Amino acid sequence: MSNTSGSRRAWSRTQKKLFLISVPFLLFITAFFYVPLLGWLISFVKYYPGIPINKLEFVGLQNFKSFFYNREQVIRVFRNTLVLSGLIILTLPVPAIFAILLNELSARRLKKLVQTFSTIPYFISYVLIYLAFVTIFSPSDGMLNILLYEKYGMINRPLNVLTNPNIAWTVQTCMYLFKNVGYNAIIYLSAIASIDPQLIEAAEVDGAGRFQRIRHIIVPGLVSTFVVLLVLGLGNILSGAGFEQYYVFGNAMVLDKLEVIDTYTYKMGIVQGNYSFGTAMSMLKSLVSVILLVTANGIVKKVRGSSIF
Amino acid sequence: MEGDNGLKRKITVFDILNILFMLIALVVCIYPLYCLFVSSLSDPKKTESWFLIFPTNVSLNSYKEIFANNRILRPIMISLLRAVIGTIITLICCSMFSFLVTQKELPHRKGIYKYMVITMYLNAGMIPWIITMVTYGLKNNFFVYIVPTALSAFYVILIKTYIESIPGELEESARIDGAGFFTTYFKIVLPVSTPIIGAVGMFSAVSQWNSWYDNLMLVQDNNLKTLQLMLYQVIQNMSVVMNDPKTAGTAMTVNRPSILSVRSAIAVLTVIPILLVYPFMQRYFAKGVMVGAVKG
Repeated sequence: MSNTSGSRRAWSRTQKKLFLISVPFLLFITAFFYVPLLGWLISFVKYYPGIPINKLEFVGLQNFKSFFYNREQVIRVFRNTLVLSGLIILTLPVPAIFAILLNELSARRLKKLVQTFSTIPYFISYVLIYLAFVTIFSPSDGMLNILLYEKYGMINRPLNVLTNPNIAWTVQTCMYLFKNVGYNAIIYLSAIASIDPQLIEAAEVDGAGRFQRIRHIIVPGLVSTFVVLLVLGLGNILSGAGFEQYYVFGNAMVLDKLEVIDTYTYKMGIVQGNYSFGTAMSMLKSLVSVILLVTANGIVKKVRGSSIF
Repeated sequence: MEGDNGLKRKITVFDILNILFMLIALVVCIYPLYCLFVSSLSDPKKTESWFLIFPTNVSLNSYKEIFANNRILRPIMISLLRAVIGTIITLICCSMFSFLVTQKELPHRKGIYKYMVITMYLNAGMIPWIITMVTYGLKNNFFVYIVPTALSAFYVILIKTYIESIPGELEESARIDGAGFFTTYFKIVLPVSTPIIGAVGMFSAVSQWNSWYDNLMLVQDNNLKTLQLMLYQVIQNMSVVMNDPKTAGTAMTVNRPSILSVRSAIAVLTVIPILLVYPFMQRYFAKGVMVGAVKG
């Protein structure tokens, strides 16, 4: 029925009225989502806040060339980002496994309890999660170290978890899992719930054991959800767990391992005031992310015949 | 039915291991938060017993300190205000826009909807966004917390999907009675969509309450500081000490324990509102309301 909107002249009163209502929304979307895209132009000029647009000096690809001058930092930042995102993608099956185990739990009350408490970290800010883990792991006054080192002397030196560069990547992946496994498991649980119960019954009648049932019925039922999350994960490869996690956990001792594109952009662009460089970085990141997402989606479409958008 | 399964299946080694694993998972999820709660009530350094599980020498001094301290009360107010006002604005704008794009008579409605949805995947990035907000005069302005969040592609997808599932007769009968867009929206659509409005409302409130990115990037005014950023700054002062365990025995010791408890107490206050709305939220995502949108 949507072809009632013929040529522009033929709009009825209702059509005009509805379109008029949509105008403020369109303006808002433009102002807050599309106008910032114009800001990409800043990466081709020498930008200082407060200088009128017509006085800005056009420098071409100069700002992109400065990636090259800072190449040691830039390479390190890209390495960190890719490693941390890679670890997130590698651990994508974890919530699926967690959901399957949860589904196999015969104690219903425990199931509900675990589901409730494992989802809470998702709704808590990274500042708080950081604080909770500092309270546990801090070498000087963390609960764990007071217990193991000061009180009982079970270890020779305080455990150093959050400021140890050697395990920084692993620790961050654990933090990410701590925050997200429970929530993502819910997505898988609802996929399991939507599997036709007749299929499971039929398998049981045929004498399939628990593991055969999981392998041949439940796992195939989760594949499409997994693929969706995988495609989104690939689109997110230049963000990893996002600015907030790496910003709060990135202390001076582990910065070498935890400085990612987002935090580096913030440091160069906002803290050091190099807006043009920061914009070039932002633009590159956004463009690559969209291209990755579309490509991943395209590949999935080709291989599986369905896509996420 | 559950009983049937219970009778049919024997308890195997797998079941026992699974239960054990889940109990461990439960502890891993609960302990970090519980630990904050314990250390807000008692000072770990001064206790003799196994404070890791039970607080000893319980005192509410840390909480008294917070409520005697204006510098903490103000951020609590700011965070509450942004959560309440921001959520109301988000709900009104997102639901009205969603209803609008379900109107078959809206010209180019598919294009308008896409114009919104694309923003989920394409964003300008940190620095251009900040520069734009500064240009709009939102720097050091309370509006930066509540205006840019007014429309969100994710919420629009959720609400639109829900509105489309409402039987069309309701709207139709309103139209025959001569009701216009806004009357139908307020009298029919809003009341009927309370489940999704509630769900989105709670998600929005929680994310407003947790948000500090905009505060860090765009608001330096201490009068507008949010609770989250303040908490982060409190940790920062402590983590100067944290980097070097050797300084633990020096001059700082006299003051530090109370800082630890106060810090934990602020954290507990920050979590409480979330734990309060959490049971209601859980009802929604248990139904899979939020889940569907992932595939949106």
